[in-house]
Amino acid sequence: MKSIKLAAIIENLDKFITFIHTCSGECGFEGKRVMEIELAVEEALVNIFNYAYPEGEGQVEMKCALKEGKKFVIEIHDKGIPFDGLSRPDPDTTAGIGDREIGGLGIFFIKKVADEVRYSRNDDMNILTIVFLA
Amino acid sequence: MELNVKNEEKGTLVAVTGRMDAVSSPEFDKELGKLIDEGNVNFVIDLSELDYISSSGLRSVLATAKKLKGKNGQILLASLQAVVKEVFEISGFSTIIPIYESVEEAMAAL
Repeated sequence: MKSIKLAAIIENLDKFITFIHTCSGECGFEGKRVMEIELAVEEALVNIFNYAYPEGEGQVEMKCALKEGKKFVIEIHDKGIPFDGLSRPDPDTTAGIGDREIGGLGIFFIKKVADEVRYSRNDDMNILTIVFLA
Repeated sequence: MELNVKNEEKGTLVAVTGRMDAVSSPEFDKELGKLIDEGNVNFVIDLSELDYISSSGLRSVLATAKKLKGKNGQILLASLQAVVKEVFEISGFSTIIPIYESVEEAMAAL
């Protein structure tokens, strides 16, 4: 798997997006599908930047590879506080303008655009696996 | 992300170019906030050159729409690219913020 590991700060978002843009392109994705991959990755990373390390600084590692010739697998690792966004309820997407909240929308987007998404906690690490079928 | 602002007869036309992500979107909030403070309340946002939007971008659009609601103003979106339109549809935002096929149609609706 190709990988990139950087400090979990918003200033590094562009570097992660450039990495996944290149990696998904090399694996044959183009156009709208690449944008959906970038969307899933941005939403996952921004959650980590904002919440994983409340006490200080930490790192986040992203890996990607094409597996079995058809599964584009992205793994995002951090050593922050345990956080399983997937277990939270989906946001109410029918609320009126006054009651609209953005919280939870990012994870919801990942679930909607990806073909598969899984969370696991191994030792002291959060692992989010996002799969797009080629 | 780049913003291009034009004052038209019926309202303010803002063309957004590039990407509205977690890094760039706060700039949209700031610029639109400034225009609202100057007394502009009717906006058409031309998204024909917007290639990408994330939940951060939606947050900025929603914040602007909420500000305008309190001032009896409106924000209408026009000419969305397919992937941007998809994000508005998945989030349900397409039911709370009016979306038009073209800038002309949106301007006519102001």
